[in-house]
Amino acid sequence: MRPDLVEHSPVLIPLLFLGGAMIVILLSMLRPRLSHPIAMGVSGLATILAAFGLERVVSGGTIHYHLGGWTPPIGIELVLDPLSALLVLMMCGVGFLVLMHARRSLPSELPGREPPFYALSLLLLAGLCGIVLTGDLFNLYVFIEIVSLSSYALLGVGSKRAPLSAFRYLVMGTTAGSLYLLGLALVYMQTGTLNMVDLGEILPSVITTAPVGVGLTFMLTGLALKSAIFPLHGWLPDAYTDAISTATALIAPIATKAALYAIIRILFFVVPPNYTTELTPIADLMCVSAGCAIVYGSVMAMGQKELKRMLAYSSVAQVGYIAMGIGLASPLGYLGAVLHILNHACMKGCLFCVSGNLRYTIGHSYLPKIDASVRRRMPWSMAAFSIAAVSMIGLPPTAGFFSKWYLAKGALEQGRWILLSTLLLSTLMNAVYFVRMFEQIYLRPTPEGESGRAATGEAPRSMLVPTLVFAALLLILGLANAVIVAKVLEPMLGGLS
Amino acid sequence: MTISWARAVTGTDAMFEFFRLHFAHVCIVVLIAIGFFGMVAKRNFVKKLIGMSILQSAIILFWLVSAVKRGATIPIMTEEDLNAAAGSVDSALAASVDPANYMNPLPHTLMLTAIVVAVVTSGVAIALLVRIYRKFGTLEEDSILEQL
Repeated sequence: MRPDLVEHSPVLIPLLFLGGAMIVILLSMLRPRLSHPIAMGVSGLATILAAFGLERVVSGGTIHYHLGGWTPPIGIELVLDPLSALLVLMMCGVGFLVLMHARRSLPSELPGREPPFYALSLLLLAGLCGIVLTGDLFNLYVFIEIVSLSSYALLGVGSKRAPLSAFRYLVMGTTAGSLYLLGLALVYMQTGTLNMVDLGEILPSVITTAPVGVGLTFMLTGLALKSAIFPLHGWLPDAYTDAISTATALIAPIATKAALYAIIRILFFVVPPNYTTELTPIADLMCVSAGCAIVYGSVMAMGQKELKRMLAYSSVAQVGYIAMGIGLASPLGYLGAVLHILNHACMKGCLFCVSGNLRYTIGHSYLPKIDASVRRRMPWSMAAFSIAAVSMIGLPPTAGFFSKWYLAKGALEQGRWILLSTLLLSTLMNAVYFVRMFEQIYLRPTPEGESGRAATGEAPRSMLVPTLVFAALLLILGLANAVIVAKVLEPMLGGLS
Repeated sequence: MTISWARAVTGTDAMFEFFRLHFAHVCIVVLIAIGFFGMVAKRNFVKKLIGMSILQSAIILFWLVSAVKRGATIPIMTEEDLNAAAGSVDSALAASVDPANYMNPLPHTLMLTAIVVAVVTSGVAIALLVRIYRKFGTLEEDSILEQL
């Protein structure tokens, strides 16, 4: 790919998605059938661009893109550094795979209304990439609201309860956005800048003043609400369960992660290093809420009978792991948090795709009714499910093991024994609810009388391929995690330790 | 104008002095409290939405108040400034302009965006409420919960 195109990738990736959303909605009046190819093409192009961007950043250093030629701190800058390049690649890649999955699953769930769905999906991806790329705190707010607004709309369609859950999410999400904006006003009044790098230089001298303290608290509370960190997770299970499975598969793996990324960016790279641990108890608070999230999410997930609802509660627990990495406030915690963001995106992408496959082929994803006949009918989907479940439990060849390993090492390093035992306990609880599924899929015999029913037909290829790619990614990420850590994540650690 | 105010303030009247100096912020805090109260305590979804809009407006006002300076004008260069800076390079131009004479334009431009966000949020919320009303026939939270 031409190098100057890669130099412009920070701005091209969000613009591609924005332009794609416009084209899809305009073209839908004439050619509604074209919306899926356009959405696929746009997200595929963005994925390729993000991959080249990552390669360029790892070998040649950070790209600072000044919008409109205004130099920061006056202008807005987009930053493609190793961390943001990795996450942009993750957002685009997951978006591409889920949109591929949507080709068959969407018409069965939302007949005749595909173009608006694709347009909203592309808007969502534009916002997600923007959150990750921006180097300006107000710009971050705008992108967060783009993501939130498109997810309210995407989650508002589905079962009878869906608009209700989406409205509740909207009230919570708008509160979160308002809190962030209020806090940002206080920080801006005290420092006079919105640029993250510039703010990072000014903050140490004013960090103990009241406006900055109150402002950062408001901002972090808002972001914690957006990322569903316990006890601010109330909107998540309902919103994810009631929406159509394609919308959940798109939003669950990546949307809360973007807000978590913003928290990581602010706490690790903007505020002074001793702020979270010595000046304020933010790190300890994060650890406590992470521990509660892990236990609460796992216990609730064990009690669910609906696959999507179980996965939604397990998302609460998984956000807890990432919050735990942030709360450890150490290089190991940072590695664990970022790796877990990456792993969880692939695990949840895979699991929600499988739940979509189940709903498409057998019409439901009600756990007690799943038995060996489902596995005989859909061997590949169930194989992908098993790999993702093994990764959720955290067994070694898969990606889930390695992020938990870094988190456990980080907890051990600081002597946080309660946190470490919570981590191990949650592994057991994850094992309980996924091994229960294994038992049903592989061992439970089909009930008498139903065995004669012709039950053939795996999910269509366009749904099976993304599911299997996600499963393969889990193995690849597990095997390649040393490379990611050494090449991409550790160079960012210079300013930390 | 300030003189007539100052005459009314006695040394002991610290409370009055506080409100006189911070009346804008006091109003904004009251608005934020009303907004939160509406969102948390009201059982009707439209009232929740109204509370949400009040909260958003209060925060927009808070930003705008931060830009205000006493005795300053809008950030457009006056003729004297331009004459003083005629033919000079950028640094001389900057030296000839006193920032204290101008209000900070940045909060206003930022809040234009925030207003757009607030309007769009209300739009999406009303669209969702229409769907809720079509499905449940009511917008009272209690009677919807009964139906579920």
